[in-house]
Amino acid sequence: MPSSTAAKSETPIVSMEHIYKIFNPGSVNEVVLFQDFNLQIARGSFVSVVGSNGSGKTTMLNLLCGSLSPDEGKIFVQGKDITKLREYERSRFLGRVFQDPASGTCPQLTILENMALADQKQGHYRLRPGVNRKRAAFYQEQLSLLHLGLEDKLEVSVGSLSGGQRQALALLIATMTPIDLLILDEHTAALDPRSSETVMELTQRIVQEKQITTLMVTHNLKFAIGFGDRLLMMHRGHVVLDAADAQKDALDVKDLTDRFNEISIEDGN
Amino acid sequence: MNLLQIVLREGFIYGIMAIGVYITYKVLDFPDLTVDGSFPLGMCTAAALINVGVNPWIACLASFAAGAAAGCVTGLLHVKLHITDLLSGILVMTALYSVNLMITGKKAILTFLNLPTIFSSGLGGLLQTGLGKWSGLVMALIVCVVVKILVDLFLKTQSGLLLRASGSNPQFVISLGRDPGNMKILGLMFGNGLTALSGCVMAQQKESADVTAGTGMVVMALAAVIIGTAIFGRIRFMKPTLAVVIGMILYRACLTIAMQIGLDTNYLKLLMSIIFVIALVATRVNPGRRKHNAVINRSKI
Repeated sequence: MPSSTAAKSETPIVSMEHIYKIFNPGSVNEVVLFQDFNLQIARGSFVSVVGSNGSGKTTMLNLLCGSLSPDEGKIFVQGKDITKLREYERSRFLGRVFQDPASGTCPQLTILENMALADQKQGHYRLRPGVNRKRAAFYQEQLSLLHLGLEDKLEVSVGSLSGGQRQALALLIATMTPIDLLILDEHTAALDPRSSETVMELTQRIVQEKQITTLMVTHNLKFAIGFGDRLLMMHRGHVVLDAADAQKDALDVKDLTDRFNEISIEDGN
Repeated sequence: MNLLQIVLREGFIYGIMAIGVYITYKVLDFPDLTVDGSFPLGMCTAAALINVGVNPWIACLASFAAGAAAGCVTGLLHVKLHITDLLSGILVMTALYSVNLMITGKKAILTFLNLPTIFSSGLGGLLQTGLGKWSGLVMALIVCVVVKILVDLFLKTQSGLLLRASGSNPQFVISLGRDPGNMKILGLMFGNGLTALSGCVMAQQKESADVTAGTGMVVMALAAVIIGTAIFGRIRFMKPTLAVVIGMILYRACLTIAMQIGLDTNYLKLLMSIIFVIALVATRVNPGRRKHNAVINRSKI
């Protein structure tokens, strides 16, 4: 809720402070990933994150969403400490779209039922009829944002949609109720090139229309360059490149691949 | 004719259990073995209560509650203590054997002959005077239909939709800000409550409760669910709850026919398993589950 905008613009919407995370501590497989990792995300920004496998991108998202907890450090959303909250409790103010299009929707239920469930996220799930017909017009209006013709297929079960359609629907469902942060976890990686372009355009449109702060992890350097106003490159649990606004606009795909290669050489690969 | 009446009556009574197992096995995707214990739990609860003069309909509610409590324990073992789904069910099923003996006062069989049951008093009594030997069938039908309608209505409510979602995609439930573990416990309570209710109605029909009656109930209920959803699952207007009840009637019919052509009753459980295996394999050969992909224009995206 925007109360005092002047003060709010200074506090970041998300803040990860002094995060430590070690996997399999004390064993031969010990991986020290985060050592004093810090990240602040400003309200209204669209941050793209790139990095090779094992760089800590996904772990960072999992720490944010609560599917992993840090060994040390704190995570704040809107200035509130959420480090101890469980994953499902954080879902009330975080929206997440996964790489797997099957994750963000329920295949057995119809589009209408999926949207009705998502619509109820902030309220309670009671013994009232699951689908409120009066809201159908609103759902259709939301679906028409996707330009996929899904607004005429409310009664179709989601399981019969294509991966791209499901991902578009998942995106809509994740952003249907007001959220503080939208987390995109390589959400176009499992789609064919054409579908991933479409979903990326949709993402841009929805994020702009609803003015949602967004954190996107991607392997697609073109998307990372082309979308958003801030770009992070991660390597071994550190941010090795953090470019925003004009500095980011100056970057191109070649700059990123060069940087990637430098890192790989440092690693001796 | 007499045989048909028995098949239908038992089909409807066990059908209540089939609906319960449909919820755990199909909706929740949880292979719940508690059923072998919660069915006799319902029987014993009914027998004990009716013996002390409790109204038979209240006894039905109490049986449902007892079954729900058993399901809750299975759910807690699985969700909170992280014991595997199969093992949680086996543990509770085994424990229930002792619980059932406690309820019956250490008797393996507890009778309540000539005491008022839902079949002999109230509405059941009226049916008995009007319909004679068919009254049992009609009463079983009424209870089964009421349960079916209530379950259908529940599955369309907000919590019903959430329950269905938690079976097919727990991650989705998490992203809706809800704990899928709690939904699992709720579903298990519901499924086992219905199983116990089925046992309760069966006990009232037989006017006795048998502590060992649970053996093979999982197999029977799962067979009904698999047969029902495989044969009738593709028919659009037929709800799965109806399909599993018909599945149960077909399964009971197979068993009754086998007994009629002279199979020794001692081989009943063997036959139950064999029919189950046949149903399982036959439905695997025929994987044509609902396919309406053609409805959607895939080229659009």
